[in-house]
Amino acid sequence: MSAASAALSSDAGQVPVASRGYWANVLRRLARDKVAMACLAVLVLILLAAIFAPLIAPGDPYRGSIIRRLRPIGTEGYPLGTDELGRDMLTRLIYGGRLSLFMGIVPVLNAFLIGTFLGVVAGYVGGKTNMAIMRTIDVFYAFPSVLLAIAISGALGAGIFNSIVSLTVVFIPPIARVAESVTTQVRNLDFVDAARASGAGALTIIRVHILGNVLGPVFVYATGLVSVSMILASGLSFLGLGTKPPEAEWGLMLNTLRTAIYVQPAVAALPGAMIFVTSICFNLFSDGLRSAMDVKL
Amino acid sequence: MTAPLVSVEGLRVLFKSADRTVHAVNGVDFALQPGEVLGLLGESGSGKSVTLKALLRLLPASRTTLSGKVTVAGHDVLAMDEKALRQYRGGVVSMVFQEPMLAFDPVFTVGDQIAEAVMRHEDVGKDAARARALEMLERVRIPSAKRRLDAYPHEMSGGMRQRAMIALALACKPQLLLADEPTTALDATVQIQILLLLRELQKEFGMAVIFVTHDVGVAVEVSDRMAVMYGGRIVERGSAADVIRRTAHPYPQGLLASTVHGAMRGTRLEAIPGAPPDLSRMPTGCAFAPRCRLADDTCRSVAPPIAALAPGHEAECHQPRLSAV
Repeated sequence: MSAASAALSSDAGQVPVASRGYWANVLRRLARDKVAMACLAVLVLILLAAIFAPLIAPGDPYRGSIIRRLRPIGTEGYPLGTDELGRDMLTRLIYGGRLSLFMGIVPVLNAFLIGTFLGVVAGYVGGKTNMAIMRTIDVFYAFPSVLLAIAISGALGAGIFNSIVSLTVVFIPPIARVAESVTTQVRNLDFVDAARASGAGALTIIRVHILGNVLGPVFVYATGLVSVSMILASGLSFLGLGTKPPEAEWGLMLNTLRTAIYVQPAVAALPGAMIFVTSICFNLFSDGLRSAMDVKL
Repeated sequence: MTAPLVSVEGLRVLFKSADRTVHAVNGVDFALQPGEVLGLLGESGSGKSVTLKALLRLLPASRTTLSGKVTVAGHDVLAMDEKALRQYRGGVVSMVFQEPMLAFDPVFTVGDQIAEAVMRHEDVGKDAARARALEMLERVRIPSAKRRLDAYPHEMSGGMRQRAMIALALACKPQLLLADEPTTALDATVQIQILLLLRELQKEFGMAVIFVTHDVGVAVEVSDRMAVMYGGRIVERGSAADVIRRTAHPYPQGLLASTVHGAMRGTRLEAIPGAPPDLSRMPTGCAFAPRCRLADDTCRSVAPPIAALAPGHEAECHQPRLSAV
C-alpha cells in the first residue's frame, strides 16, 4: 500500500524516492560484496575466539611439557601440535589473538583520533598552522615505518605500552595526511560557504560539515592500517621489543618457533599463517568498505 | 523616500597574494530599496560574484582587503565581528548559490540542513525547525515535500535541489536575498520555473533581491533595476527598460548585440572582441577602452566620468550614445 500511495502522491515524471540513509546504503552495498563479507566473518570468528579464549581453548597456554615438545599437527590431544616448550599450539594461537588484535587495533585507533584532529585543524585553518603541522608530520613520514617503530620502541624500552606508543606515532602521519587533504578539498566546496552564508560559525562548520565528510574516508584508510599495525607489532615482538615471553602473541610465537623451522615447519609456520590471514582479511574488508562508501583517496 | 535597505559606497575588494594584487572590485556604489530587485549583469571576472560575497563577508579574510562602506538594514557590514556576522548571515541576508549540487552537504539530509539553519537563528526546538523546513519545502513547491525532507541532496534533481536551496535561504525570512547565478547550472526549462518562483517568493516575502547573472534575458526577466559591471565597476545602471532599450555604454551595447533575438535570424551574431581586463593590472583610463570600438586617446588615459542620461540612468563613459532600439 505504501508503495502505491507513494507513487500516487509524487507528481508525474518523478520517480518516488525511497530515501535511505547514507549509511544504510553503504551497508547494503557492503552486504552484497561477497569477499568483504567473508573477510568480516573470519575477523569476527577470530575476534570472538580471542575474547572467549578461556572458554574455548582446550588447554592452558602457559603449561608446557618437556617430554611433549614440538609434536606435529594432528597429535592426539594436541590438534595443532606443540611448541618448543611443549605448550599446546591451538590454545596459544587462540590466546595470542588477544594481544595481536589489541596491538593491531589500539595504535590505529589512537592515531585515528590524533591524526584526524591534526589533519582537520591543519586543513581548515590553513596558512602557517598548516605549514607547521604538516611539515612536522613530514619529518616523521620521512622514516620508513618499520625503522621508526623499532627506533621509538628501542628508545622507550620493550613492553606492550611502549610498542603501542611507538606504533601510534608511526600511524599519525599517514592518517593526518589523508585527513588534511580531504579537509582542504571539502573546505573549498560551496556547501561550506553556504553554511557560512546561513550563519554557521567555524566550530559548527568543522564539527558538522568538515568532520561529516572527512571521517568516512579517514576511517576507511585507518581500517587498512590495522593489518600493517598487526604486522609491525608482530615484528617488534619478533625483535624482542614488544611483548615478552611467555606471553602468547603471534609475532613472538613466530620468533621463538623459528629455531624449530627444520624440525616442525608446519607448526612453526602457524602463527605466521594467523598473522597473514588476519591482516589480509582486514585489508580486503577495508577495500570492500572503500568501494561501498565510494571513497576516493 | 524611505531609507535604502542596502547602501554600498565606494566598495573596493583587493585580493592579495605573494606575487600579485588583484583589484576585483574597484569602487562600486549602489543602493537598494526594500522589496526591490537589482539585476547585476556582467561577464566572468567582472566582479559581480565578489561584490555579492563582500556583502556577506564570505571572502577569505586573510587574503582580502575590503574598503568602502556597506550598510545593510542598519548593519555596518565591514565593521561587524564574527559573532554579529553569524546572526547577520542567514538572518538578515542569505544567499542562493550557483551550483545546487555543491551547495548542499552530501552527508546530511536536505531537511536537516534547513532545520539546522533555522535553529541557528531562532530559539526553536528540533521539531519546530523541521516543521519550518517542511513548510519552506512546500513553499518552494517541491512535490511530496514530506518525504524530500529526509532525502539526501544526491537523490534530488538539479531543479529540485535549487528549489531546496531557495527554501534554505528563505527559511529565516531574510530581508535581502543574494542570488549568485542561481539558474546558470540548470537546463532551460527548469531555469524559467526557478526564475518565476524567485520572483513570486520575492513579492510574497517583500524582500530585496540582488540577482547576479551573465544572461541578459534572465536579468530582464527578474529585475526592477539593472546594473552592468565591467572590470570591477558598475559601468551602466538604470531601470531594466533604460538599460535594455536605451543603452548608453558601449559594453552593455555589445552584450545586447551578442545575444540572440528572433529578429536577427540570418544575420551574423556580433561578439565583443578581446577578453576581460587583467584585474591585477588595471589600465589608467576606461577599463573597457582596449575592447571598445569608439575608444579614443581620452578613453585610454582618463578614467571616465559618470554621465547622467535620465533620472536614475547613468553610464560611466566619455562618449555615451543612447542606442536607438
